[in-house]
Amino acid sequence: MSMMGKAFKHARGLAAAAIALGLAGGAQAQETIKVGILHSLSGTMAISETTLKDTMLFLIEEQNKKGGVLGKKLEAVVVDPASNWPLFAEKARELITKDKVVAVFGCWTSVSRKSVLPVFKELNSILFYPVQYEGEESERNVFYTGAAPNQQAIPAVDYLAKEEKVQRWVLAGTDYVYPRTTNKILEAYLKSKGVPAEDIMINYTPFGHSDWQTIVADIKKFGSAGKKTAVVSTINGDANVPFYKELGNQGIKATDIPVVAFSVGEEELAGIDTKPLVGHLAAWNYFQSVKDPANEAFIKAWKTFKKNEKAVTNDPMEAHVIGFAMWVKAVEKAGTTDPDKVIDALPGIKAPNLTGGVSEMLANHHITKPVLIGEIKADGQFDVVWKTEGLVAGDAWSKHLDGSKDLVADWVTLKCGNYNSVTKKCGGV
Amino acid sequence: MPRIRPFLRACLFALGLAASLALGPAPAAADAYTDALAVFSADSFSDTDAAVTAIAASGHPQAEAVIRALQDGRLLAGGGRAFIREGAALTDAATGETLAAPPPGAATVRLNNRVRRTVAAALGSLTLLSPDPRRRLNAAAAVFKARDATALPTLEEALAREGDRRVRAAMAEARAAILFSRPDSNAAQRMEALDILQARGDQDALAILSNPPAGIAPEIAAAAAGAADAIRGRLELWRALQNAWYGLSLGSVLLLAAIGLAITFGTMGVINMAHGEMVMLGAYTTFVVQELIRVHAPWMFGGSLFIAIPLAFLVAGAVGVAIERCVIRFLYGRPLETLLATWGLSLMLQQAVRTVFGANNREVGTPQWMSGALEIGGLALTYNRIAIVVFALIVFVVLLLVLRYTPLGLHVRAVTQNRRMAGSMGIPTSRIDALTFGLGSGVAGIAGVALSQIDNVSPNLGQSYIIDSFMVVVFGGVGNLWGTLVGAMTLGIANKFLEPYAGAVLGKILLLVAIILFIQRRPRGLFALKGRAVEA
Repeated sequence: MSMMGKAFKHARGLAAAAIALGLAGGAQAQETIKVGILHSLSGTMAISETTLKDTMLFLIEEQNKKGGVLGKKLEAVVVDPASNWPLFAEKARELITKDKVVAVFGCWTSVSRKSVLPVFKELNSILFYPVQYEGEESERNVFYTGAAPNQQAIPAVDYLAKEEKVQRWVLAGTDYVYPRTTNKILEAYLKSKGVPAEDIMINYTPFGHSDWQTIVADIKKFGSAGKKTAVVSTINGDANVPFYKELGNQGIKATDIPVVAFSVGEEELAGIDTKPLVGHLAAWNYFQSVKDPANEAFIKAWKTFKKNEKAVTNDPMEAHVIGFAMWVKAVEKAGTTDPDKVIDALPGIKAPNLTGGVSEMLANHHITKPVLIGEIKADGQFDVVWKTEGLVAGDAWSKHLDGSKDLVADWVTLKCGNYNSVTKKCGGV
Repeated sequence: MPRIRPFLRACLFALGLAASLALGPAPAAADAYTDALAVFSADSFSDTDAAVTAIAASGHPQAEAVIRALQDGRLLAGGGRAFIREGAALTDAATGETLAAPPPGAATVRLNNRVRRTVAAALGSLTLLSPDPRRRLNAAAAVFKARDATALPTLEEALAREGDRRVRAAMAEARAAILFSRPDSNAAQRMEALDILQARGDQDALAILSNPPAGIAPEIAAAAAGAADAIRGRLELWRALQNAWYGLSLGSVLLLAAIGLAITFGTMGVINMAHGEMVMLGAYTTFVVQELIRVHAPWMFGGSLFIAIPLAFLVAGAVGVAIERCVIRFLYGRPLETLLATWGLSLMLQQAVRTVFGANNREVGTPQWMSGALEIGGLALTYNRIAIVVFALIVFVVLLLVLRYTPLGLHVRAVTQNRRMAGSMGIPTSRIDALTFGLGSGVAGIAGVALSQIDNVSPNLGQSYIIDSFMVVVFGGVGNLWGTLVGAMTLGIANKFLEPYAGAVLGKILLLVAIILFIQRRPRGLFALKGRAVEA
């Protein structure tokens, strides 16, 4: 049954794309505004990115029902970069030069974003990037609607230190740029809070690591020194399932050593029995289980659009919802889709998020977001146990790293993404 | 506003507690209990936490039932009342009145980790006197963990009454943990506690002994440090043993993944890049079997893996035979083309599975008898790993016997050693080729059943094992099952002993370098096949 459902879902997704393209083709005569969607629909990242493509199609359809933008209908142009990083750059170029899109929503991995950056700079277009990432970047042509480390990692650590009285820290991650940078920031932050070096254990594992016995035993040993211990996990995707299975097998409960994860959402939990994991944590800016009228309305509309009662929503989807609303407002404010005018109009634009607040685009091209901590429930969803009081402004450059703490990103007054406040020069260190 | 309300409520709650305490002991118990029940409706973790402590301290006969219901997610609260759900029936926790349906606005009381810890500790001290010895044992363990000095009188009463030897020991340890850590123990109590803790000698005891309370006498501090060192030394020894076990279990995973390849690559010489996909097919067969059992015969779930084993063998074996008949038999003697063709096949199989089952991971359940861990001294052996080690050895022995003592085995060996000679003796070499390939693939399918218990069941499952499998076969010596066994175990144990020092990433690199150097010196691996087959 479930496999049939899955197959149908894919078919429907394709059909929706085809219809969107087809409709757009028919409406060509009336002149439309073209929006590019750059998400992998095949290859390893398809599992995560296909949903985001559907989200964009959904948002564009909803906007067209309201009459489009500037009196014109929007038209989605979907391309498939196939989880192939160089192909992202090629497809981005194709979208901007051949299809003449006025803005692009896309990318998931940091490496795909880095690979399209030069294209967006050269051709002066706009990219909305919806995924939590390691920070240390601010580009004139890119708007970051996912979380920077200070909007996810740092508040999560603060929560553990305050609520769980954690004194010893295991920073476990997959060996690539996001965990390495995040852990560097966290290590500096913990040390600045007076945590001695011997109370921090850092561990990296290869992609898809499956034999966690030794590492989990090490964590257990590290955690039995008499001080409350927690694991901060930047373990990526597939490796999480065997990791959590091993935790359950070796009897590590959340009440003894809680694990807080930054890349585990509802989707990753689908492959495991979550009963032994109840109480382990995840930090995001959005959970499907958030009780808010805006969220409930969105989930309902999304399920109708997908024609699937079980369709789930997640954090990067919410980022696209916010980013798209901001782009529409900026275009209306500027009265044109000209990238230069829209880029100038975007900072200061506000749009409601799905957790009951109003996010704002900042001068550093990051947005304000609430930070939520959720505990895993037995049914694989999250129970929100903590939330920041207000919204947290995203930092492009971490305040906790040497070489980055002096940098300021400000595209409104300074017109610079890496202004050094010590040397008073634009251009980094 | 929402910030103020919980605070006000906490104040009211504190006032209520104070008032009820002032009223004298008898009504206080009932009042503290009902007051605490009212607090559950506030949906604030700190209030819930305080309420649990208050209920546990109230001594009310219903206290245990309420806290247990809270732990199991069966406690509902709303409008200042709390209800215990028992199946479909609801009972008001304060009045004992039964309700047909939950009143509007009543919701399950939520827990976080802090409340869960308080609940476990409260249940511990509440169930120390329970008639069920298993509950008393759990209670003693909970009290040991919480080390709450207020539980001491109950604990001592329970200890004096206890008849069961194991429970007695656990209670004595819990008492020692409290006596050692609470600030107002005297020197004699501390020394006695210290001995008991040292005798326990595990990581929890070590944690208590290495964090003595401030201001204890220097000679006790010294004794505690000495005891901690003794425990540490013993644990180090256990750790080495534990690591050897991890190595053995990783080795048996490698053995399972590689043993099918040892047949197809080792004896037939076919570089089969689709080998990993046979493992994946086995894992998906397990998934399908479990789904069917879940829907049609849930009581059979414990045996689902035993049903999956022969089916996985047949599915993967059939696909293997089909691949051999349709593709590989045309490419014998052309290793590069075989490599490319099977690589292409592996991509096709992956995509086919992705289309049918979806790209997401599929959940394969672990039967009850494979969950948890067996504790022997300082060793913790998880049941699923034990099962995999045993299973790998069984598969190995069976395969060895098949090759050694059956007609099929004889023919396979004959064809492997000298194809033309075997042909002239009347052995149908091409049929044997197909069967051998099917056997190797089927064994890979069986491996998939085992791997579904420890890894992701996703279309990429096979890819993560193909390199390791080739490594094992080449290292062990092509064409020799014993070589595969020794190779897998050596690599597993070496990997696990390198990992703590070098880290998982560097450990793997070091191992690869070591194998490359080894192959330079012994190109035919550990157990080289001798004779004419080598030249073929």
